[in-house]
Amino acid sequence: MSKISRRKFLAGSVAGGAAVMMTPAQKSFAAGSFEGFPEGMGVLVDLTRCVGCRTCEAACNLEQKLPAPALPFDDTSVFDEIKHGQKRRTTDKAYTIVNRYEPKGADEPLYRKIQCNHCNEPACLTSCFVNAYKKTPEGAVIYNSKVCVGCRNCMIACPFHIPAYTYHSAINPVIKKCIFCYDTRLKEGKPPACVESCPQQVMTFGKRKDLMKIAHERIKKNPGKYVDHVYGEHEVGGTGWFYLSSAPFEEAGFDTSLPKEPIINNVKDFLAIVPMVLTIWPALFTGFHLLATKGKSHGHGDDHSHDEQEGH
Amino acid sequence: MVNAGKQLMTGLGVLLLISILAMSCYAMDVFPDEVEIDVLENLYEGVAFDHAMHVDATENCSVCHHHTTGTGVESEYCAKCHDGEKEMDSVSCQNCHSADPVSAENLHNPKPDYIYHDDKPNLKAAYHLNCIGCHKEVDGPTGCEDCHAKTEAGDKFYHSGEFAPKESAKGSGH
Ligand code: SF4
Ligand code: SF4
Ligand code: SF4
Repeated sequence: MSKISRRKFLAGSVAGGAAVMMTPAQKSFAAGSFEGFPEGMGVLVDLTRCVGCRTCEAACNLEQKLPAPALPFDDTSVFDEIKHGQKRRTTDKAYTIVNRYEPKGADEPLYRKIQCNHCNEPACLTSCFVNAYKKTPEGAVIYNSKVCVGCRNCMIACPFHIPAYTYHSAINPVIKKCIFCYDTRLKEGKPPACVESCPQQVMTFGKRKDLMKIAHERIKKNPGKYVDHVYGEHEVGGTGWFYLSSAPFEEAGFDTSLPKEPIINNVKDFLAIVPMVLTIWPALFTGFHLLATKGKSHGHGDDHSHDEQEGH
Repeated sequence: MVNAGKQLMTGLGVLLLISILAMSCYAMDVFPDEVEIDVLENLYEGVAFDHAMHVDATENCSVCHHHTTGTGVESEYCAKCHDGEKEMDSVSCQNCHSADPVSAENLHNPKPDYIYHDDKPNLKAAYHLNCIGCHKEVDGPTGCEDCHAKTEAGDKFYHSGEFAPKESAKGSGH
């Protein structure tokens, strides 16, 4: 685990803030170009198999010890829920949700499971200025909630609108999202809970590169069944979880306007609009830090070191 | 013919995922009348699958089985390697569809049958894809509880039945 001490973080963000002030286009605090992990694991999601039973939602709830749902997991009325003109989205209490779509001309609905796509080059990671996010060699995009300051940059940066924000804790507001069951399963080589629970094996777990071959093979063997595209093969630099569909992806709620390049460039644009925030943040946190350490002698900042070790 | 029955019996002994309740193994049309499927029995009770009824309804084993004792393999992809004329020894689903194909061992060092059959659904999915896929076409039952009775553990898992959220909790989701 690579964590940073508060002092390092402050130094880093001051430097970052200064860099943005002078040359917004050359953002220096982000992870820069990230190559991904060739042996990383992934999940092939075949929409044509999903029957909308929501077992995966229940499995995630149990595995991630999330709060009880508002409605039972076998209640299909949730598919009719519309909030702010949109179908259901992932929340801090539901890291994955299944939505129903009615593609034009299709005689049956299409169900789509939504969770973090564990991007090869995650926009959440590159947008996070305290380095709370990490892409593990196993393929998961995880985050350190001890480091998260709740700034919500990643919420804006994520092209799939995945990270959700805990509004319930005013003291320690943090981002929450699907972690590929990293702690409990992935790091031991086991498939995620949602994948294992699915009666239809909508999700196939394996090495990303192997699964990509299987995805193309399925299209080749059933040209009438699938649209000739693997969503997530190239979108935003490639995603760890990728999709096959029988209907055009936009009709199953996918954003088909995403570029092939990692989203980092767009994040830069966004950040360039609000350099103000970045320039005041360091000052803000320096202020907090001074308040927090008020009365303590200089050079005696070891009070954080027990849970925030330096180095990588 | 007898081999097919023997294979079924071996599968029964090894995994105990399917128990064959009644079999008539010695006639030409070798098949069990009823198959008890209890792979999901944690959340759902086992299913007493009426095999004889499905044999009557479909009349051709290959509607459900890739390998059959009565007819050759039908898929063009199978026929490339497997002799389309020859009958197969392995007939029952769990002879080839493993309950847990994603073991770490299998991912890093695939067994020979996963090198060619690298996209083989696990046993649970083999059943459901086959059953629900056909039931959709013929208007058979497709809901979970049309075939399975949910157990208490299932109700707990789905937060349903006696474990359903209280009415007051309904409005709280933001
Ligand atoms: S889907 Fe969003 S939250 Fe998940 S890794 Fe990609 S950018 Fe990050
Ligand atoms: S991978 Fe784990 S955390 Fe992510 S949706 Fe599935 S069960 Fe939930
Ligand atoms: S468990 Fe599988 S079939 Fe059921 S809703 Fe989830 S992905 Fe679809």
